[in-house]
Amino acid sequence: MTSRSDNAAGGEAFLARLRLPRPVRVVLGVVTTLAITFLGLLVVTFFIGRVVPIDPVLAAVGDHASASAYEKAKIELGLHLPLWQQFLLYVKNVAVGDFGESVLTANPVIEDIKRVFPATLELATMGTIFGVVLGVPMGVVAAVNKGRWQDQLVRVLGLLGYSVPVFWLGLVGLLLFYAKLDWVAGPGRLDIAYEYLVDPVTGMLLVDSLIAGEIDVFYNALSHIALPAIILGYFSLAYISRMTRSFMLEQLSQEYIITARVKGLSETRIIWRHALGNVMVPLVTVIALSYASLLEGSVLTEIVFAWPGLGQYITNSLLQADMNAVLGGTVVVGTVFISLNLLSDILYRLLDPRAK
Amino acid sequence: MSDLASSSGSGLKAWLTSENPGSHLQASCSRAYYAWLDFAANRLALLGLIIVGLLIAVAAFAPLLATASPIAPDLTQRLLPPSADYWFGTDELGRDIYSRIVYGTRLTLYVVVLVAVIAAPVGLLVGTSAGYFGGWVDKILMRITDIFLAFPRLILALAFVAALGPGIENAIFAIAITSWPPYARIARAETLTIRRADYIAAIRLQGASSWRVIWGHVVPLCTSSIIVRVTLDMAGIILTAAGLGFLGLGAQPPLPEWGAMISSGRKFLLDQWWLASIPGIAIFIVSLGFNLLGDGLRDVLDPKSGD
Repeated sequence: MTSRSDNAAGGEAFLARLRLPRPVRVVLGVVTTLAITFLGLLVVTFFIGRVVPIDPVLAAVGDHASASAYEKAKIELGLHLPLWQQFLLYVKNVAVGDFGESVLTANPVIEDIKRVFPATLELATMGTIFGVVLGVPMGVVAAVNKGRWQDQLVRVLGLLGYSVPVFWLGLVGLLLFYAKLDWVAGPGRLDIAYEYLVDPVTGMLLVDSLIAGEIDVFYNALSHIALPAIILGYFSLAYISRMTRSFMLEQLSQEYIITARVKGLSETRIIWRHALGNVMVPLVTVIALSYASLLEGSVLTEIVFAWPGLGQYITNSLLQADMNAVLGGTVVVGTVFISLNLLSDILYRLLDPRAK
Repeated sequence: MSDLASSSGSGLKAWLTSENPGSHLQASCSRAYYAWLDFAANRLALLGLIIVGLLIAVAAFAPLLATASPIAPDLTQRLLPPSADYWFGTDELGRDIYSRIVYGTRLTLYVVVLVAVIAAPVGLLVGTSAGYFGGWVDKILMRITDIFLAFPRLILALAFVAALGPGIENAIFAIAITSWPPYARIARAETLTIRRADYIAAIRLQGASSWRVIWGHVVPLCTSSIIVRVTLDMAGIILTAAGLGFLGLGAQPPLPEWGAMISSGRKFLLDQWWLASIPGIAIFIVSLGFNLLGDGLRDVLDPKSGD
């Protein structure tokens, strides 16, 4: 995670000549970057889908298709056109949300994605909440007690987070907390008894069950999501606490902290109000980045916990060589990921008057 | 002078710590010695070095260390718990897990080394060219780097493997293609700080071509930051490769890849815990080793970025 702040600098420098108000310039600059990056993503997925496999037509019609069916499919897929026209067609389709049909489910890929995406969103959101609620205080405590056992503990927890394979941790967690101790529910999002009790509104069970007023369903869903969310969130905890610590160390060495101490403010107030208040801006960026990486990093967690989200959808499609679904999923995850990255960029530039 | 200094001390140590090095070699050795002292003072970093050293040693001497074939099944010895004969037990095909872990170090090293060998030079080349030439070369190259940096790496690696087909080489390629951008960023930043230096101007006045300047005089100065970053990335690379193996997209059976071993041991988790647990511990130890080593190297080679 290198500094993201000069990401949109190119577009912004160009727009500086237009004499627009700064917030407009920032947003326009980031949107330009977003568009270019998104186009780059489409070039890569197009390349993967059309150029790398030996014969995309054969993949679509199967080995036993007749020559005429083959030709027909080739024209239907637009594969008789020159490559650049195929790319324009692809961009046009993606722009209206058309990723083709999934071979596996026979639905349009976009419908499948709409169905599975809320599950991933729910998991990543809970993971991020876990990471923020624990990670920020841990980072602060580590910075305040630099070099003492609290600091070492946070450092060790972070190191473990960067070194443990998440799928293995998930398996061990299931073995321990589900199979042996029975503290949490097992794989999946709900027990079978509770399924289909609430109507999907947002697709996120925790929200839907509260809307429907089904407290039992809510608790069951919570019991299912707890373990995968904690295990997924552990990585964001490691990242957020490490970054909070280094931001806080930077603040605590500033002169205004000494001034505040001289004024006789309580240490609690200095640390949690003054210093932490000043690291909020870079912290928001870090949290947005870690949210984005949880959304993409949930693939392995979803597989371990049989969580019916986007990661599981992409992996299952992948194993069945269902390229439309794989690439559609990649584009969706990529879009969310890129948008969150650049959103954090906008926030940073707008909130921090020093960032130019 | 230097003879006097070295004869008054006690041999090698005095030669290394001499304040008046008599030769270029002695100066370099002395600098390396002081860096080593810094590094060795950090016990965790030393532990990391030992783990990585052990990994390399085990990979090198795998045939000597293994007690059985890592791939030949023996169906009479299925799912045995750890014992004196089978230190880590046996798997569902009766293969000795200890021997599979030992041979698995080779696959892990193979992945890590190949990714580093592919991604680091690409990043170096892109970053130093962008920084050295500046102007539109810089704009275009950095724009491409930013695009790749903004991509979701794991998902993109998955998509690449989907297109290329499962296999360890394809997994390596997919990881490498998504991991070069940070190296390009670092190399560019380093290049920008030295491109206007007098010694670069002197080399150019002697008639050196741009490529000669970049390859011979800019790249060597960027390598220490790149090495630090690559070492820190190793753990991530190992975890991604193991993740692809776990999904069935990396190394294919019967290769003793640790991620794939966890995947196949998953079915037996409840009653035969050793199948999935031991490869996971192996992955964890090796990743931890690279993380500790990377942290230590960063403190010694690149003190600016630590705290």
